[in-house]
Amino acid sequence: MADVPTALLPPIRPEFETLQLDSGQIGAVIRPLSVWERITNITLVRRVFILVVLAGAWQGYASYLDNPLMFPTFSESMQALWDALAEGVLINRIVTSLRVLLIGYSLGIAIAAVFTTLAVSTRIGTDLLSTLTAMFNPLPAIALLPLALLWFGLGIPSLVFVIIHSVLWAVALNTHTGFLSVSETLRMVGQNYGLRGVNYVVRILIPAAFPSILSGLKIGWAFSWRTLIAAELVFGVSSRSGGLGWFIFEKRNQLETASVFAGLTTVIIIGLLVESVVFRTLETHTVRKWGMQR
Amino acid sequence: MARAAALSEIADPASGAAALPKQPLLTVDGVTLQYKTRDHLVTATYRVGFQVYPADRFVLLGPSGCGKSTLLKGVAGFMKPVEGTISLAGKLVDRPGPDRMMVFQEFDQLLPWKTVAQNVMFPMLTSGKYSRREAVERADAYIDKVNLTKFRDAFPHMLSGGMKQRVAIARAMAMEPAILLMDEPFAALDALTRRKMQEELLRLWDDIRFTVLFVTHSIEEAIIVGSRILVLSPHPGRVKAELNSHQFGHAEQEGAQFVELSRRIHDMLFAERIEDERALAELRHG
Repeated sequence: MADVPTALLPPIRPEFETLQLDSGQIGAVIRPLSVWERITNITLVRRVFILVVLAGAWQGYASYLDNPLMFPTFSESMQALWDALAEGVLINRIVTSLRVLLIGYSLGIAIAAVFTTLAVSTRIGTDLLSTLTAMFNPLPAIALLPLALLWFGLGIPSLVFVIIHSVLWAVALNTHTGFLSVSETLRMVGQNYGLRGVNYVVRILIPAAFPSILSGLKIGWAFSWRTLIAAELVFGVSSRSGGLGWFIFEKRNQLETASVFAGLTTVIIIGLLVESVVFRTLETHTVRKWGMQR
Repeated sequence: MARAAALSEIADPASGAAALPKQPLLTVDGVTLQYKTRDHLVTATYRVGFQVYPADRFVLLGPSGCGKSTLLKGVAGFMKPVEGTISLAGKLVDRPGPDRMMVFQEFDQLLPWKTVAQNVMFPMLTSGKYSRREAVERADAYIDKVNLTKFRDAFPHMLSGGMKQRVAIARAMAMEPAILLMDEPFAALDALTRRKMQEELLRLWDDIRFTVLFVTHSIEEAIIVGSRILVLSPHPGRVKAELNSHQFGHAEQEGAQFVELSRRIHDMLFAERIEDERALAELRHG
Protein backbone atom coordinates (compact mmCIF):
# COMPACT_ATOMS: atom_id res chain seq x y z
CA MET A 1 0.00 0.00 0.00
CA ALA A 2 2.79 2.34 0.86
CA ASP A 3 4.24 1.88 -2.63
CA VAL A 4 1.12 3.20 -4.36
CA PRO A 5 1.62 6.81 -5.38
CA THR A 6 -0.89 8.98 -3.55
CA ALA A 7 -2.13 10.37 -6.87
CA LEU A 8 -3.72 6.98 -7.69
CA LEU A 9 -5.74 6.74 -4.50
CA PRO A 10 -9.32 8.01 -4.53
CA PRO A 11 -9.78 11.08 -2.34
CA ILE A 12 -11.42 10.51 1.01
CA ARG A 13 -14.73 12.37 1.10
CA PRO A 14 -16.79 13.29 4.13
CA GLU A 15 -19.85 11.17 4.95
CA PHE A 16 -23.26 12.79 5.01
CA GLU A 17 -26.82 11.90 5.84
CA THR A 18 -29.94 13.69 4.61
CA LEU A 19 -32.43 14.19 7.37
CA GLN A 20 -35.32 15.56 5.34
CA LEU A 21 -35.93 14.27 1.82
CA ASP A 22 -37.39 16.85 -0.52
CA SER A 23 -39.20 16.10 -3.78
CA GLY A 24 -41.09 19.38 -4.07
CA GLN A 25 -39.58 20.35 -7.43
CA ILE A 26 -41.15 17.46 -9.39
CA GLY A 27 -44.68 18.25 -8.32
CA ALA A 28 -46.94 15.21 -8.25
CA VAL A 29 -45.00 11.93 -8.38
CA ILE A 30 -47.92 10.21 -10.09
CA ARG A 31 -49.62 12.23 -12.85
CA PRO A 32 -52.68 11.09 -14.83
CA LEU A 33 -52.03 10.70 -18.59
CA SER A 34 -53.34 13.51 -20.79
CA VAL A 35 -56.41 12.93 -23.00
CA TRP A 36 -54.24 12.74 -26.15
CA GLU A 37 -51.94 10.15 -24.51
CA ARG A 38 -54.95 8.12 -23.47
CA ILE A 39 -56.61 8.21 -26.89
CA THR A 40 -53.45 7.17 -28.70
CA ASN A 41 -53.10 4.34 -26.19
CA ILE A 42 -56.22 2.68 -27.60
CA THR A 43 -55.18 0.11 -30.21
CA LEU A 44 -58.48 0.43 -32.08
CA VAL A 45 -57.99 4.16 -32.58
CA ARG A 46 -54.51 3.66 -34.05
CA ARG A 47 -55.73 0.87 -36.35
CA VAL A 48 -58.74 2.84 -37.60
CA PHE A 49 -56.39 5.74 -38.31
CA ILE A 50 -54.28 3.48 -40.56
CA LEU A 51 -57.42 2.26 -42.35
CA VAL A 52 -58.60 5.80 -42.94
CA VAL A 53 -55.21 6.77 -44.42
CA LEU A 54 -55.28 3.72 -46.73
CA ALA A 55 -58.85 4.45 -47.86
CA GLY A 56 -57.88 8.07 -48.56
CA ALA A 57 -54.92 6.98 -50.67
CA TRP A 58 -57.17 4.57 -52.61
CA GLN A 59 -59.77 7.26 -53.27
CA GLY A 60 -57.14 9.78 -54.34
CA TYR A 61 -55.27 7.48 -56.72
CA ALA A 62 -58.47 6.04 -58.28
CA SER A 63 -59.95 9.52 -58.89
CA TYR A 64 -56.68 10.57 -60.51
CA LEU A 65 -56.74 7.42 -62.71
CA ASP A 66 -60.45 7.91 -63.53
CA ASN A 67 -60.98 4.38 -64.94
CA PRO A 68 -63.94 2.72 -63.12
CA LEU A 69 -63.57 -0.50 -65.14
CA MET A 70 -59.99 -1.20 -64.04
CA PHE A 71 -59.80 0.59 -60.70
CA PRO A 72 -62.99 2.03 -59.20
CA THR A 73 -62.74 4.56 -56.40
CA PHE A 74 -63.21 3.74 -52.74
CA SER A 75 -66.61 5.47 -52.64
CA GLU A 76 -67.87 3.53 -55.70
CA SER A 77 -66.75 0.25 -54.19
CA MET A 78 -68.45 1.08 -50.90
CA GLN A 79 -71.60 2.00 -52.80
CA ALA A 80 -71.49 -1.40 -54.56
CA LEU A 81 -70.89 -3.09 -51.22
CA TRP A 82 -73.89 -1.32 -49.71
CA ASP A 83 -76.12 -2.25 -52.68
CA ALA A 84 -75.08 -5.90 -52.56
CA LEU A 85 -75.73 -5.98 -48.83
CA ALA A 86 -79.12 -4.30 -49.22
CA GLU A 87 -80.11 -6.74 -51.96
CA GLY A 88 -79.32 -9.60 -49.61
CA VAL A 89 -77.12 -11.42 -52.16
CA LEU A 90 -73.92 -10.71 -50.32
CA ILE A 91 -75.35 -11.77 -46.96
CA ASN A 92 -76.31 -15.13 -48.48
CA ARG A 93 -72.85 -15.54 -49.94
CA ILE A 94 -71.19 -14.70 -46.61
CA VAL A 95 -73.37 -17.15 -44.69
CA THR A 96 -72.65 -19.93 -47.20
CA SER A 97 -68.90 -19.32 -46.97
CA LEU A 98 -68.79 -19.05 -43.19
CA ARG A 99 -70.86 -22.21 -42.69
CA VAL A 100 -68.50 -24.29 -44.83
CA LEU A 101 -65.55 -22.66 -43.13
CA LEU A 102 -66.76 -23.42 -39.61
CA ILE A 103 -67.44 -27.08 -40.46
CA GLY A 104 -63.97 -27.49 -41.95
CA TYR A 105 -62.25 -25.50 -39.22
CA SER A 106 -63.78 -27.43 -36.33
CA LEU A 107 -63.20 -30.81 -38.00
CA GLY A 108 -59.58 -29.81 -38.65
CA ILE A 109 -59.06 -28.85 -34.99
CA ALA A 110 -60.66 -32.08 -33.80
CA ILE A 111 -58.37 -34.19 -35.99
CA ALA A 112 -55.39 -32.08 -34.88
CA ALA A 113 -56.32 -32.82 -31.25
CA VAL A 114 -56.28 -36.56 -31.97
CA PHE A 115 -52.88 -36.33 -33.68
CA THR A 116 -51.27 -34.25 -30.90
CA THR A 117 -52.67 -36.53 -28.18
CA LEU A 118 -51.07 -39.45 -30.01
CA ALA A 119 -47.87 -37.46 -30.40
CA VAL A 120 -47.51 -36.56 -26.70
CA SER A 121 -48.35 -40.04 -25.46
CA THR A 122 -46.25 -42.24 -27.77
CA ARG A 123 -42.93 -41.93 -29.52
CA ILE A 124 -44.27 -43.43 -32.75
CA GLY A 125 -47.08 -40.87 -32.57
CA THR A 126 -44.48 -38.08 -32.41
CA ASP A 127 -42.72 -39.51 -35.47
CA LEU A 128 -46.02 -39.89 -37.30
CA LEU A 129 -46.99 -36.27 -36.64
CA SER A 130 -43.55 -34.89 -37.55
CA THR A 131 -43.42 -36.86 -40.80
CA LEU A 132 -46.96 -36.05 -41.88
CA THR A 133 -46.52 -32.37 -41.01
CA ALA A 134 -43.25 -32.20 -42.92
CA MET A 135 -44.96 -33.82 -45.93
CA PHE A 136 -48.27 -31.98 -46.03
CA ASN A 137 -47.67 -28.58 -44.42
CA PRO A 138 -45.83 -27.18 -47.46
CA LEU A 139 -48.45 -28.62 -49.85
CA PRO A 140 -50.94 -25.86 -50.76
CA ALA A 141 -54.44 -27.02 -49.88
CA ILE A 142 -55.78 -25.70 -53.18
CA ALA A 143 -53.51 -28.18 -55.03
CA LEU A 144 -55.64 -30.97 -53.55
CA LEU A 145 -58.85 -29.50 -54.94
CA PRO A 146 -58.83 -31.44 -58.27
CA LEU A 147 -58.40 -34.67 -56.32
CA ALA A 148 -61.11 -33.66 -53.85
CA LEU A 149 -63.50 -32.92 -56.72
CA LEU A 150 -62.77 -36.37 -58.12
CA TRP A 151 -63.43 -38.06 -54.78
CA PHE A 152 -66.29 -36.04 -53.34
CA GLY A 153 -67.78 -34.36 -56.40
CA LEU A 154 -68.89 -30.74 -56.64
CA GLY A 155 -70.21 -29.53 -53.33
CA ILE A 156 -69.53 -28.88 -49.70
CA PRO A 157 -67.59 -32.11 -48.91
CA SER A 158 -64.81 -31.16 -51.35
CA LEU A 159 -64.50 -27.72 -49.81
CA VAL A 160 -64.48 -29.15 -46.30
CA PHE A 161 -61.74 -31.58 -47.33
CA VAL A 162 -59.37 -28.87 -48.53
CA ILE A 163 -60.14 -26.68 -45.50
CA ILE A 164 -59.35 -29.53 -43.12
CA HIS A 165 -56.07 -29.99 -44.92
CA SER A 166 -55.21 -26.30 -44.54
CA VAL A 167 -56.08 -26.15 -40.81
CA LEU A 168 -54.91 -29.51 -39.55
CA TRP A 169 -51.14 -29.30 -39.97
CA ALA A 170 -50.71 -25.75 -38.74
CA VAL A 171 -52.74 -26.38 -35.59
CA ALA A 172 -51.22 -29.80 -34.88
CA LEU A 173 -47.68 -28.55 -35.34
CA ASN A 174 -48.15 -25.53 -33.09
CA THR A 175 -49.96 -27.43 -30.35
CA HIS A 176 -47.30 -30.11 -30.30
CA THR A 177 -44.49 -27.55 -30.14
CA GLY A 178 -46.39 -25.83 -27.33
CA PHE A 179 -46.71 -29.05 -25.34
CA LEU A 180 -43.00 -29.77 -25.76
CA SER A 181 -42.04 -26.35 -24.42
CA VAL A 182 -44.06 -26.57 -21.17
CA SER A 183 -41.51 -26.06 -18.39
CA GLU A 184 -40.27 -29.05 -16.42
CA THR A 185 -41.30 -27.33 -13.16
CA LEU A 186 -44.94 -27.02 -14.24
CA ARG A 187 -44.96 -30.66 -15.34
CA MET A 188 -43.63 -31.75 -11.95
CA VAL A 189 -46.13 -29.50 -10.17
CA GLY A 190 -48.96 -31.24 -12.01
CA GLN A 191 -47.62 -34.71 -11.26
CA ASN A 192 -47.02 -33.74 -7.65
CA TYR A 193 -50.76 -33.14 -7.30
CA GLY A 194 -51.42 -36.63 -8.60
CA LEU A 195 -52.72 -35.49 -12.03
CA ARG A 196 -52.49 -38.13 -14.74
CA GLY A 197 -53.75 -38.84 -18.26
CA VAL A 198 -56.46 -36.61 -19.73
CA ASN A 199 -56.73 -34.63 -16.48
CA TYR A 200 -53.04 -33.75 -16.72
CA VAL A 201 -53.34 -32.70 -20.37
CA VAL A 202 -56.47 -30.57 -19.80
CA ARG A 203 -55.42 -28.93 -16.52
CA ILE A 204 -51.70 -28.45 -17.07
CA LEU A 205 -50.49 -28.95 -20.65
CA ILE A 206 -53.24 -27.14 -22.56
CA PRO A 207 -53.29 -23.93 -20.47
CA ALA A 208 -49.49 -23.90 -20.20
CA ALA A 209 -49.14 -24.31 -23.98
CA PHE A 210 -51.98 -21.91 -24.75
CA PRO A 211 -49.89 -19.17 -26.41
CA SER A 212 -48.67 -21.71 -29.00
CA ILE A 213 -52.10 -23.26 -29.42
CA LEU A 214 -53.60 -19.83 -29.98
CA SER A 215 -51.05 -18.92 -32.65
CA GLY A 216 -51.76 -22.29 -34.30
CA LEU A 217 -55.48 -21.48 -34.33
CA LYS A 218 -54.77 -18.07 -35.86
CA ILE A 219 -52.56 -19.48 -38.60
CA GLY A 220 -55.13 -22.23 -39.23
CA TRP A 221 -57.88 -19.63 -39.51
CA ALA A 222 -55.94 -17.54 -42.04
CA PHE A 223 -55.01 -20.61 -44.11
CA SER A 224 -58.56 -21.94 -44.17
CA TRP A 225 -60.11 -18.59 -45.06
CA ARG A 226 -57.83 -18.02 -48.01
CA THR A 227 -58.17 -21.65 -49.14
CA LEU A 228 -61.93 -21.39 -49.05
CA ILE A 229 -62.09 -18.22 -51.13
CA ALA A 230 -59.64 -19.64 -53.65
CA ALA A 231 -61.56 -22.93 -53.89
CA GLU A 232 -64.85 -21.11 -54.44
CA LEU A 233 -63.28 -19.11 -57.27
CA VAL A 234 -62.47 -22.39 -58.98
CA PHE A 235 -65.65 -24.26 -58.45
CA GLY A 236 -68.46 -21.94 -57.69
CA VAL A 237 -68.72 -21.95 -61.50
CA SER A 238 -71.26 -24.74 -61.53
CA SER A 239 -72.83 -24.26 -58.15
CA ARG A 240 -75.91 -22.04 -57.74
CA SER A 241 -75.42 -21.29 -54.05
CA GLY A 242 -71.75 -20.27 -54.13
CA GLY A 243 -69.95 -18.38 -51.42
CA LEU A 244 -67.95 -15.14 -51.41
CA GLY A 245 -65.34 -16.42 -53.85
CA TRP A 246 -68.08 -17.21 -56.32
CA PHE A 247 -69.54 -13.71 -55.81
CA ILE A 248 -66.19 -12.17 -56.80
CA PHE A 249 -65.83 -14.48 -59.81
CA GLU A 250 -69.37 -13.77 -60.98
CA LYS A 251 -69.00 -9.99 -60.74
CA ARG A 252 -65.73 -10.05 -62.66
CA ASN A 253 -67.42 -11.97 -65.47
CA GLN A 254 -70.12 -9.30 -65.56
CA LEU A 255 -67.37 -6.64 -65.55
CA GLU A 256 -68.83 -5.04 -62.41
CA THR A 257 -65.41 -4.13 -61.09
CA ALA A 258 -66.73 -2.05 -58.19
CA SER A 259 -68.60 -5.15 -56.96
CA VAL A 260 -65.42 -7.22 -57.30
CA PHE A 261 -63.76 -4.71 -55.00
CA ALA A 262 -66.78 -4.87 -52.71
CA GLY A 263 -66.39 -8.68 -52.53
CA LEU A 264 -62.67 -8.41 -51.82
CA THR A 265 -63.35 -5.78 -49.15
CA THR A 266 -65.85 -8.13 -47.52
CA VAL A 267 -63.22 -10.90 -47.43
CA ILE A 268 -60.77 -8.49 -45.82
CA ILE A 269 -63.32 -7.13 -43.33
CA ILE A 270 -64.32 -10.60 -42.16
CA GLY A 271 -60.64 -11.49 -41.79
CA LEU A 272 -60.01 -8.33 -39.74
CA LEU A 273 -63.09 -8.90 -37.57
CA VAL A 274 -62.15 -12.46 -36.70
CA GLU A 275 -58.56 -11.45 -36.00
CA SER A 276 -59.30 -8.32 -33.97
CA VAL A 277 -62.55 -9.33 -32.28
CA VAL A 278 -62.63 -13.10 -31.85
CA PHE A 279 -58.94 -13.84 -31.38
CA ARG A 280 -58.14 -10.60 -29.57
CA THR A 281 -60.93 -11.22 -27.07
CA LEU A 282 -59.68 -14.75 -26.58
CA GLU A 283 -56.17 -13.36 -26.03
CA THR A 284 -57.15 -10.68 -23.52
CA HIS A 285 -59.07 -13.22 -21.49
CA THR A 286 -56.33 -15.83 -21.48
CA VAL A 287 -52.66 -15.32 -22.31
CA ARG A 288 -52.58 -11.56 -21.69
CA LYS A 289 -54.43 -11.86 -18.40
CA TRP A 290 -52.05 -14.62 -17.32
CA GLY A 291 -48.99 -12.56 -18.23
CA MET A 292 -47.80 -15.12 -20.78
CA GLN A 293 -47.93 -12.50 -23.52
CA ARG A 294 -47.67 -8.73 -23.43
CA MET B 1 -41.32 -17.79 22.18
CA ALA B 2 -43.01 -21.06 21.35
CA ARG B 3 -40.15 -22.34 19.27
CA ALA B 4 -37.60 -21.72 22.00
CA ALA B 5 -39.74 -23.79 24.36
CA ALA B 6 -40.03 -26.58 21.83
CA LEU B 7 -36.31 -26.47 21.19
CA SER B 8 -35.39 -26.82 24.82
CA GLU B 9 -37.79 -29.73 25.00
CA ILE B 10 -35.92 -31.54 22.27
CA ALA B 11 -32.56 -30.47 23.61
CA ASP B 12 -33.40 -31.75 27.07
CA PRO B 13 -32.11 -35.34 27.21
CA ALA B 14 -34.92 -36.48 29.53
CA SER B 15 -37.80 -35.40 27.31
CA GLY B 16 -35.70 -36.26 24.26
CA ALA B 17 -35.77 -39.89 25.37
CA ALA B 18 -39.55 -39.69 25.55
CA ALA B 19 -39.68 -38.36 22.00
CA LEU B 20 -37.53 -41.13 20.52
CA PRO B 21 -39.99 -44.07 20.55
CA LYS B 22 -42.06 -42.12 18.01
CA GLN B 23 -41.97 -43.86 14.66
CA PRO B 24 -39.97 -42.12 11.95
CA LEU B 25 -42.26 -40.48 9.42
CA LEU B 26 -39.97 -40.86 6.44
CA THR B 27 -37.45 -43.67 6.12
CA VAL B 28 -34.87 -43.58 3.37
CA ASP B 29 -32.95 -46.83 3.42
CA GLY B 30 -29.82 -47.55 1.36
CA VAL B 31 -31.07 -45.55 -1.59
CA THR B 32 -29.05 -45.41 -4.80
CA LEU B 33 -30.38 -43.05 -7.43
CA GLN B 34 -29.23 -42.88 -11.03
CA TYR B 35 -30.30 -40.73 -13.93
CA LYS B 36 -29.44 -40.73 -17.60
CA THR B 37 -28.09 -37.79 -19.54
CA ARG B 38 -27.61 -37.93 -23.29
CA ASP B 39 -24.52 -40.10 -23.13
CA HIS B 40 -23.91 -40.90 -19.46
CA LEU B 41 -25.52 -42.84 -16.69
CA VAL B 42 -24.89 -40.73 -13.59
CA THR B 43 -25.04 -42.13 -10.09
CA ALA B 44 -26.38 -39.24 -8.04
CA THR B 45 -26.53 -40.87 -4.61
CA TYR B 46 -25.03 -44.11 -3.36
CA ARG B 47 -26.70 -46.06 -0.53
CA VAL B 48 -27.97 -43.04 1.35
CA GLY B 49 -30.07 -43.64 4.45
CA PHE B 50 -31.74 -41.30 6.94
CA GLN B 51 -34.89 -40.99 8.99
CA VAL B 52 -37.15 -37.99 9.39
CA TYR B 53 -39.35 -37.75 12.49
CA PRO B 54 -42.61 -35.80 12.75
CA ALA B 55 -42.05 -32.03 13.12
CA ASP B 56 -38.43 -32.34 12.02
CA ARG B 57 -36.91 -29.56 9.98
CA PHE B 58 -34.58 -31.93 8.20
CA VAL B 59 -31.97 -30.38 5.94
CA LEU B 60 -30.06 -32.07 3.13
CA LEU B 61 -26.82 -30.11 2.82
CA GLY B 62 -23.96 -30.52 0.42
CA PRO B 63 -22.05 -28.99 -2.46
CA SER B 64 -23.47 -29.14 -5.96
CA GLY B 65 -23.22 -32.64 -7.36
CA CYS B 66 -23.94 -34.39 -4.07
CA GLY B 67 -27.34 -35.51 -5.30
CA LYS B 68 -29.40 -33.64 -2.70
CA SER B 69 -31.97 -32.40 -5.20
CA THR B 70 -32.11 -35.84 -6.82
CA LEU B 71 -32.69 -37.35 -3.41
CA LEU B 72 -35.60 -34.95 -2.87
CA LYS B 73 -37.03 -35.94 -6.26
CA GLY B 74 -36.74 -39.55 -5.16
CA VAL B 75 -38.74 -38.82 -2.01
CA ALA B 76 -41.27 -36.87 -4.11
CA GLY B 77 -41.66 -39.95 -6.30
CA PHE B 78 -40.39 -38.43 -9.55
CA MET B 79 -37.51 -40.93 -9.62
CA LYS B 80 -37.38 -44.58 -8.64
CA PRO B 81 -34.34 -45.74 -6.65
CA VAL B 82 -32.31 -48.48 -8.37
CA GLU B 83 -31.44 -49.84 -4.94
CA GLY B 84 -32.98 -49.38 -1.48
CA THR B 85 -36.40 -48.13 -0.43
CA ILE B 86 -38.12 -44.89 0.48
CA SER B 87 -41.18 -45.18 2.67
CA LEU B 88 -43.48 -42.54 4.11
CA ALA B 89 -45.47 -43.52 7.22
CA GLY B 90 -44.91 -47.19 6.44
CA LYS B 91 -46.03 -46.89 2.82
CA LEU B 92 -43.59 -47.40 -0.01
CA VAL B 93 -43.13 -44.31 -2.20
CA ASP B 94 -43.53 -45.29 -5.86
CA ARG B 95 -45.09 -42.27 -7.59
CA PRO B 96 -45.64 -38.55 -7.07
CA GLY B 97 -48.60 -37.71 -4.87
CA PRO B 98 -50.19 -34.86 -2.95
CA ASP B 99 -49.15 -36.30 0.44
CA ARG B 100 -45.66 -34.97 -0.34
CA MET B 101 -46.10 -31.40 -1.51
CA MET B 102 -43.07 -29.93 -3.19
CA VAL B 103 -41.90 -26.31 -3.23
CA PHE B 104 -39.48 -25.74 -6.09
CA GLN B 105 -36.67 -23.26 -6.47
CA GLU B 106 -38.06 -21.87 -9.73
CA PHE B 107 -40.47 -18.94 -9.71
CA ASP B 108 -42.51 -20.49 -12.53
CA GLN B 109 -43.98 -23.18 -10.31
CA LEU B 110 -47.23 -21.25 -9.93
CA LEU B 111 -49.81 -21.88 -12.64
CA PRO B 112 -49.81 -18.58 -14.56
CA TRP B 113 -53.46 -19.00 -15.60
CA LYS B 114 -54.71 -19.03 -12.02
CA THR B 115 -54.88 -16.28 -9.41
CA VAL B 116 -53.08 -16.58 -6.08
CA ALA B 117 -56.19 -17.97 -4.37
CA GLN B 118 -56.94 -20.34 -7.25
CA ASN B 119 -53.35 -21.57 -7.19
CA VAL B 120 -53.57 -22.35 -3.49
CA MET B 121 -56.93 -24.09 -3.97
CA PHE B 122 -55.88 -26.06 -7.06
CA PRO B 123 -54.23 -29.10 -5.39
CA MET B 124 -56.92 -29.19 -2.68
CA LEU B 125 -59.62 -29.50 -5.36
CA THR B 126 -57.85 -31.77 -7.87
CA SER B 127 -56.86 -34.26 -5.19
CA GLY B 128 -60.45 -34.32 -3.94
CA LYS B 129 -59.15 -34.03 -0.38
CA TYR B 130 -61.31 -31.00 0.42
CA SER B 131 -64.69 -29.72 -0.71
CA ARG B 132 -64.82 -26.41 -2.55
CA ARG B 133 -66.01 -24.51 0.53
CA GLU B 134 -63.31 -25.98 2.73
CA ALA B 135 -60.73 -25.25 0.04
CA VAL B 136 -61.75 -21.58 -0.12
CA GLU B 137 -61.58 -21.24 3.66
CA ARG B 138 -58.24 -22.99 3.94
CA ALA B 139 -56.77 -21.05 1.02
CA ASP B 140 -57.78 -17.76 2.66
CA ALA B 141 -56.34 -18.85 6.00
CA TYR B 142 -52.98 -19.88 4.56
CA ILE B 143 -52.73 -16.87 2.25
CA ASP B 144 -53.22 -14.80 5.38
CA LYS B 145 -50.50 -16.76 7.17
CA VAL B 146 -47.98 -15.78 4.47
CA ASN B 147 -49.30 -12.17 4.51
CA LEU B 148 -50.63 -12.06 0.98
CA THR B 149 -54.32 -11.41 1.64
CA LYS B 150 -54.14 -8.20 -0.41
CA PHE B 151 -52.94 -10.20 -3.40
CA ARG B 152 -55.36 -13.09 -3.26
CA ASP B 153 -56.90 -12.20 -6.65
CA ALA B 154 -53.66 -11.19 -8.37
CA PHE B 155 -52.09 -13.31 -11.10
CA PRO B 156 -48.60 -14.72 -10.52
CA HIS B 157 -46.95 -12.47 -13.10
CA MET B 158 -47.86 -9.45 -10.96
CA LEU B 159 -45.95 -10.73 -7.94
CA SER B 160 -42.30 -10.43 -6.97
CA GLY B 161 -40.08 -13.50 -6.64
CA GLY B 162 -40.40 -13.63 -2.85
CA MET B 163 -44.19 -13.32 -3.04
CA LYS B 164 -44.37 -16.16 -5.56
CA GLN B 165 -42.37 -18.38 -3.25
CA ARG B 166 -44.70 -17.49 -0.38
CA VAL B 167 -47.71 -18.47 -2.50
CA ALA B 168 -45.99 -21.76 -3.34
CA ILE B 169 -45.37 -22.38 0.36
CA ALA B 170 -48.97 -21.52 1.24
CA ARG B 171 -50.20 -23.80 -1.54
CA ALA B 172 -48.09 -26.67 -0.26
CA MET B 173 -48.98 -26.15 3.40
CA ALA B 174 -52.71 -25.70 2.85
CA MET B 175 -52.79 -29.30 1.65
CA GLU B 176 -51.45 -30.39 5.06
CA PRO B 177 -49.11 -32.89 3.45
CA ALA B 178 -47.46 -35.57 5.56
CA ILE B 179 -44.18 -33.96 4.65
CA LEU B 180 -43.23 -30.73 2.92
CA LEU B 181 -40.42 -30.99 0.38
CA MET B 182 -38.48 -27.81 -0.33
CA ASP B 183 -35.88 -27.73 -3.07
CA GLU B 184 -33.68 -24.68 -2.39
CA PRO B 185 -36.83 -22.55 -2.22
CA PHE B 186 -34.98 -19.35 -1.31
CA ALA B 187 -31.91 -19.78 -3.50
CA ALA B 188 -33.15 -17.50 -6.27
CA LEU B 189 -34.06 -14.68 -3.86
CA ASP B 190 -31.97 -11.68 -2.89
CA ALA B 191 -30.22 -11.84 0.48
CA LEU B 192 -32.67 -9.55 2.33
CA THR B 193 -35.77 -11.33 1.05
CA ARG B 194 -34.16 -14.69 1.75
CA ARG B 195 -33.60 -13.81 5.39
CA LYS B 196 -37.17 -12.60 5.73
CA MET B 197 -38.47 -15.81 4.17
CA GLN B 198 -36.37 -17.94 6.52
CA GLU B 199 -37.80 -16.07 9.49
CA GLU B 200 -41.30 -16.48 8.12
CA LEU B 201 -40.82 -20.22 7.57
CA LEU B 202 -39.63 -20.64 11.17
CA ARG B 203 -42.58 -18.60 12.42
CA LEU B 204 -44.96 -20.82 10.45
CA TRP B 205 -43.27 -23.89 11.90
CA ASP B 206 -43.85 -22.48 15.37
CA ASP B 207 -47.47 -22.13 14.41
CA ILE B 208 -48.27 -25.41 12.68
CA ARG B 209 -45.36 -27.78 13.41
CA PHE B 210 -45.20 -29.30 9.96
CA THR B 211 -42.48 -31.74 8.90
CA VAL B 212 -40.16 -30.42 6.25
CA LEU B 213 -37.36 -31.87 4.18
CA PHE B 214 -35.27 -28.92 3.02
CA VAL B 215 -32.50 -28.90 0.46
CA THR B 216 -29.86 -26.18 0.49
CA HIS B 217 -26.22 -25.60 -0.33
CA SER B 218 -25.82 -22.78 2.16
CA ILE B 219 -24.29 -23.85 5.49
CA GLU B 220 -25.74 -20.81 7.22
CA GLU B 221 -29.25 -21.47 5.92
CA ALA B 222 -29.00 -25.13 6.92
CA ILE B 223 -28.10 -24.27 10.52
CA ILE B 224 -30.77 -21.58 10.85
CA VAL B 225 -33.65 -23.33 9.11
CA GLY B 226 -32.85 -26.91 10.07
CA SER B 227 -33.29 -28.83 13.27
CA ARG B 228 -31.18 -31.68 11.96
CA ILE B 229 -28.67 -31.60 9.11
CA LEU B 230 -27.64 -34.43 6.84
CA VAL B 231 -24.26 -33.59 5.32
CA LEU B 232 -23.66 -35.25 1.95
CA SER B 233 -20.40 -35.69 0.08
CA PRO B 234 -20.31 -35.29 -3.69
CA HIS B 235 -19.80 -37.64 -6.67
CA PRO B 236 -21.76 -39.73 -5.82
CA GLY B 237 -23.76 -38.43 -2.84
CA ARG B 238 -23.01 -40.38 0.33
CA VAL B 239 -23.86 -39.63 3.93
CA LYS B 240 -21.01 -37.79 5.61
CA ALA B 241 -22.64 -36.85 8.89
CA GLU B 242 -25.90 -36.11 10.63
CA LEU B 243 -25.82 -33.13 12.97
CA ASN B 244 -28.18 -31.31 15.32
CA SER B 245 -28.88 -27.64 14.73
CA HIS B 246 -32.24 -27.20 16.46
CA GLN B 247 -30.72 -24.82 19.01
CA PHE B 248 -29.76 -22.18 16.41
CA GLY B 249 -31.83 -19.45 14.81
CA HIS B 250 -31.09 -16.01 13.39
CA ALA B 251 -30.47 -14.69 16.92
CA GLU B 252 -27.57 -17.06 17.51
CA GLN B 253 -25.91 -16.33 14.19
CA GLU B 254 -23.00 -14.42 15.76
CA GLY B 255 -22.59 -16.84 18.68
CA ALA B 256 -19.45 -18.91 19.20
CA GLN B 257 -21.30 -22.23 18.99
CA PHE B 258 -22.94 -21.26 15.72
CA VAL B 259 -19.62 -20.27 14.24
CA GLU B 260 -18.07 -23.47 15.59
CA LEU B 261 -20.75 -25.67 13.97
CA SER B 262 -20.59 -23.79 10.73
CA ARG B 263 -16.79 -24.21 10.66
CA ARG B 264 -17.16 -27.91 11.41
CA ILE B 265 -19.51 -28.39 8.45
CA HIS B 266 -17.31 -26.21 6.29
CA ASP B 267 -14.29 -28.37 7.08
CA MET B 268 -16.29 -31.52 6.36
CA LEU B 269 -17.33 -30.29 2.95
CA PHE B 270 -13.88 -29.01 2.07
CA ALA B 271 -11.98 -32.04 3.40
CA GLU B 272 -13.20 -33.79 0.28
CA ARG B 273 -11.48 -31.25 -1.91
CA ILE B 274 -8.24 -31.42 0.04
CA GLU B 275 -8.27 -35.21 -0.32
CA ASP B 276 -9.02 -34.88 -4.01
CA GLU B 277 -6.13 -32.50 -4.46
CA ARG B 278 -3.81 -34.78 -2.51
CA ALA B 279 -4.84 -37.74 -4.67
CA LEU B 280 -4.32 -35.68 -7.76
CA ALA B 281 -0.87 -34.57 -6.57
CA GLU B 282 0.10 -38.19 -5.84
CA LEU B 283 -1.12 -39.17 -9.28
CA ARG B 284 1.10 -36.55 -10.85
CA HIS B 285 4.21 -37.28 -8.80
CA GLY B 286 3.81 -40.99 -8.38
